[in-house]
Amino acid sequence: MNNSRYPSRLLESAVNEFARLPGIGRKTALRLALFVLKQEVDDVTRFTSAIRELREEIQHCKVCYNISDSEICEICASPKRDRSLVCVVESIRDVMAIENTQQYTGIYHVLGGVISPMDGIGPDDLTIEPLVEKVKSGEVKEVIFALSTTMEGDTTNFFIYRKLAPHSIEMTTIARGVSIGDELEYADEVTLGRSLINRMPFEKTL
Amino acid sequence: MYLKHINLLNFKNLKQCELDLTSGINCFVGKNGAGKTNLLDAVFYMSFCKSYFNSIDSQLIHHDEDFFVIQGSYIREDQEDQIYAGLKRNQKKQFKRNKKEYTRLSDHIGLLPLVMISPGDERLITEGSELRRKYIDSVVSQFDKPYLDLIIRYNRIVNQRNVLLKSARGNIKLIESQLDVWDEQLTITGEQIFNKRETFIKELEPVFQKYYRFISGGHEQVSIIYHSHHQKGKLTEQLLKRRAKDLVLGYTSKGIHRDDLELLLNGYAVKKDGSQGQKKTFFIALKLAQFEFLKDFFGFSPILLLDDLFDKLDDDRVSSLIELAGRDTFQQIFITDTQRKRLHDIVKQTGKEHRFFQVDNGEINFDI
Ligand SMILES: Nc1ncnc2c1ncn2[C@@H]1O[C@H](COP(=O)(O)OP(=O)(O)OP(=O)(O)O)[C@@H](O)[C@H]1O
Ligand SMILES: [Mg+2]
Ligand SMILES: [Zn+2]
Repeated sequence: MNNSRYPSRLLESAVNEFARLPGIGRKTALRLALFVLKQEVDDVTRFTSAIRELREEIQHCKVCYNISDSEICEICASPKRDRSLVCVVESIRDVMAIENTQQYTGIYHVLGGVISPMDGIGPDDLTIEPLVEKVKSGEVKEVIFALSTTMEGDTTNFFIYRKLAPHSIEMTTIARGVSIGDELEYADEVTLGRSLINRMPFEKTL
Repeated sequence: MYLKHINLLNFKNLKQCELDLTSGINCFVGKNGAGKTNLLDAVFYMSFCKSYFNSIDSQLIHHDEDFFVIQGSYIREDQEDQIYAGLKRNQKKQFKRNKKEYTRLSDHIGLLPLVMISPGDERLITEGSELRRKYIDSVVSQFDKPYLDLIIRYNRIVNQRNVLLKSARGNIKLIESQLDVWDEQLTITGEQIFNKRETFIKELEPVFQKYYRFISGGHEQVSIIYHSHHQKGKLTEQLLKRRAKDLVLGYTSKGIHRDDLELLLNGYAVKKDGSQGQKKTFFIALKLAQFEFLKDFFGFSPILLLDDLFDKLDDDRVSSLIELAGRDTFQQIFITDTQRKRLHDIVKQTGKEHRFFQVDNGEINFDI
């Protein structure tokens, strides 16, 4: 497919661009390009400007680094949110996942990844310093770690924990274990083992 | 548990072979290069989804063919289990139990416990520490499932730490606070592994000594000493002391990835002092101790494969081994030898049910 000949240079360059998207091969890229050709010009303009605006106008919230249409995101700006409770997450997707639960009333802090030398990511590439500053300001009472349960996630938790330890705040981590609805026999041994160690008073589960 | 029937197509030099096996001792006799070890390897393959000798699956296909198939029917708790392993050149291997293909091979490993003892195991004694750590890991992970996850996690920490050391290009200041955390992680995970290894070696040594004493007649003292940096005080402190050197080398010099077993015969390293027969006795005893661990864990006897076991051992040791093989601890055994009469005399003495197979140039036939 790579050395396919295209009847038009314009078509070829559109295919090249589509093919740069994650999960899109050249075959699919060609299909998408041909689809676009069949659309009304207005529809295509709306589509392209949505993408351009997404890239050009979106901002990162100055408080939590979530993406936002304004300097401060809706969550941080909301008077209903408890600003003394900060949940540390890796990415914007995690914010969306936790928001979907409708259980959380604090604010977030988006790190932008986890420490991983093999991927060339160190603490300076993440928003760890701003988090420390936030805590120093005295507004924060509790920090909840909600990073992925990989070794790198644990290491990052640990790194932040050490940075924040001198400040008298509470630090907690989300419970890890068997997810609700999982049948025990299908849970892997490590997860099941951890669920046993992290068992909790039964009343709390009611 | 035992293998009742095996059917091979194009596995190494065994073009076609179908055998009914006994639940006792199965003997394979033939000249050098006939295909005896290959047969044992096929049995090994059905337990571990890989060859004992060759990690490249495609090289197990007969040179003139483009696929191999191994099929076996096992009797486990009066139930029959059909195992199928097949590989076509340039394709993914297929592994099935009772006609159902496995999605993950790791789901199969452990179903049919097996221990192979082959002359190549001498490397356990003569070669570097990595093989001895692998020996520990392979035994412990069979009865302690989270152990393997710990090892994977630990190896990742070491890799991350090494990359970090290299990335600093000699400037410790750049990575100092991060390194503190990696050292801590390395220590925590390493310590968990250390504790498991230490407990295991403590339990292993007397079992190993029991077998060594039995085979050798009891005049030789043997011991296994576990060495780990974790025995020398807090690892984080050792890492800190070595930090400057590690930075230059881009390598983590302390931790359980440097663990070793010191193997002693009458107080001296068996690697240097031991005779050929003593070394052989040593690794046979190690493997038999492994067998006993697995047996205790699974509650039934694993299959035992003995490749060229009697070579280099004197008559006394051979008779002791036979006496062992005759015990109830062991159930199904596969033995290879080049001398029919020798093996026949030996096996007769065990009083166990046995069958002989003649192996000639890639063909195997039932004999008596
Ligand atoms: N992929 C293959 N295709 C065909 N023949 C093979 C293949 N791999 C190995 N062989 C042959 O298998 C033979 C070795 O068989 P094996 O190791 O089973 O011998 P053995 O009977 O155990 O001999 P020994 O008594 O020397 O240990 C060699 O002759 C080798 O050429
Ligand atoms: Mg052989
Ligand atoms: Zn915000």
